[in-house]
Amino acid sequence: MKRLLAVFIARNKEFLRDRAALGWNLLFPVFIVAGFAFAFSGEPAPLYKVGVTAEAPHDGFYTTPHVQFIVVDDVAAAITKVERHRLDLLVDPAGGRYWVNDESPRGQLLERLLLAGDGAALHKESVSGRIIRYVDWLIPGVLGMNIMFSALYGVGFVIVRYRKNGVLKRLKATPLSAIEFLAAQVASRLWLILAVTSVVFFGTHLFVGFAMYGTYLALFAAFAMGTVCMISMGLVIAARIASEELAEGLLNLISWPMMFLSGVWFSLEGTHPAVQQLAKIFPLTHMIEAARAVMIDGASLAAIAPQLGVLLAMTAVFLAIGARLFRWE
Amino acid sequence: MSALIEVDNLVKHYQGVRAVDGISFTIARGTCFGLLGPNGAGKTTTVEMLEGIKEPTAGSIRYKGEPLGPQFRREAGIMFQSTALQEFITVRETLRMFSRLYDRSVPLQTLIDSCALHSFLDRDTRKLSGGQRQRLLLAIALVNDPDVVFLDEPTTGLDPQARRMLWELVRSIKARGKTVLLTTHYMEEAYELCDEIIIMDQGRIIAQGSPDDLLARHFHDVVLQLPRDDYAAAAVPLDLKALDCGDSVEILTSAVSDTVQQLLAAGVSLDRLRIRARTLDDLFLELTGKELRP
Repeated sequence: MKRLLAVFIARNKEFLRDRAALGWNLLFPVFIVAGFAFAFSGEPAPLYKVGVTAEAPHDGFYTTPHVQFIVVDDVAAAITKVERHRLDLLVDPAGGRYWVNDESPRGQLLERLLLAGDGAALHKESVSGRIIRYVDWLIPGVLGMNIMFSALYGVGFVIVRYRKNGVLKRLKATPLSAIEFLAAQVASRLWLILAVTSVVFFGTHLFVGFAMYGTYLALFAAFAMGTVCMISMGLVIAARIASEELAEGLLNLISWPMMFLSGVWFSLEGTHPAVQQLAKIFPLTHMIEAARAVMIDGASLAAIAPQLGVLLAMTAVFLAIGARLFRWE
Repeated sequence: MSALIEVDNLVKHYQGVRAVDGISFTIARGTCFGLLGPNGAGKTTTVEMLEGIKEPTAGSIRYKGEPLGPQFRREAGIMFQSTALQEFITVRETLRMFSRLYDRSVPLQTLIDSCALHSFLDRDTRKLSGGQRQRLLLAIALVNDPDVVFLDEPTTGLDPQARRMLWELVRSIKARGKTVLLTTHYMEEAYELCDEIIIMDQGRIIAQGSPDDLLARHFHDVVLQLPRDDYAAAAVPLDLKALDCGDSVEILTSAVSDTVQQLLAAGVSLDRLRIRARTLDDLFLELTGKELRP
């Protein structure tokens, strides 16, 4: 434990004093969020969405142009969507009720149309809640992506560099065991990533003020589990390679598909089913899914248990392979 | 003196190359043992097998009578030929980290004093001069108060002053009763520091013994050096064993008086004559037909 701690401390100092790397880790996600917040600051597409609990009759209100009528099965989920402004109105003709968000101008307008038409007899259910903007949806993805890069490169690349320039050889000649060395690397990177992510999270929150409906505990669990998983993935890459170029190539090969196919930038709903299946092999997909569920939908720790479970299983596999393959030289 | 390290018929192959080709020797406790040879002779491969870094292809290494194991790792101090240190870490922090890797360690102040690290203790390890860096690496090798210290070409690339300073450090290590294994391609260094040496070439041992014994065994002559122009001015042809060494000529002789008289008789000026004893460099040239340093 004393030996593990010694290497842990040295690695922390090395990272924190490498201003360029630290700056990049902090500024990169902030630039992306700022850029997207600016680019998507306009109004969303001018199409109104109304949820209907059964097949809508093709007359009266239900023929209003520029309104998309969507049949919903899960009423509770649909109500949440009304709260989040993702549905402008929800109508249950059979139950004689409708739901509208009092804070949504679009909802108010549609309510007028509904009442002017054949909905006068319906009972009103008011809900409230802020609109979910693209930036709210994007934040968990960008934080996740930053974690991925920091974990893969901060562990994978650094260990390969240590091997190439002889740092590992020097440590091999001491009583330090491989497990102690690897545990120190994982622990150091884990806490540094969580610290950097927290700074970025709260810093961004100050000037973008994005949605956070769930608990911090659940969000921490999602990010921590995802971080450990991707650090373990980095250990597999770093287990044997002694060439920085090869390591960089492999890390790019892994990180770029993850960046585009794990739902960082756009939702995978509506993409080709094969893409959705492929995305499931990436740990980043599961981490972002869990973080997004917590932040946007207020999912509890129990609700994201499936994603955490997948990440845990992947971590176990990566660690087993990484520790087994590891060579000092 | 009892043996600290016994090497028996050690072999290392790299993809068809026999880097080390069946060597055996014994290192006695408390001695400084030198491993000499030109670049590519197999010195570093040999020493890295002794350090437990590389696995031998065949043969055995015993430390205090046992195969290399955890005890060896605790009691050995190693200074590699080239070691990168973690970046952005100061000299003091580097020493502290390494000392925490061992259960037994020397107080840092003792190391700082003995390796003269005061003046750059809080400097980033990337900003050290060659001599400072070698002293830090030596201090790391001594951090666990080792019984045996491995020094792989510790003075390569250092200026003469830094080299002499490192020699003094090695002498003080010896004076504390440690066993030292030193590789070098400076014969002068081996002569200054080592009690016993082996000379390697192409993976084999070609000579073994104390530096003085080796010289006495192989050489009974001395070298007379004359400027080439002076030697060429001889009035009559000379029957001497002379080597052409660029601007000068080296005459090998065991009968100095006769040779000098012969030169004077031929009208050669001896105003610029220099006489030197044979060195390990000469021995190496004699044994391998190769210059030790290009």
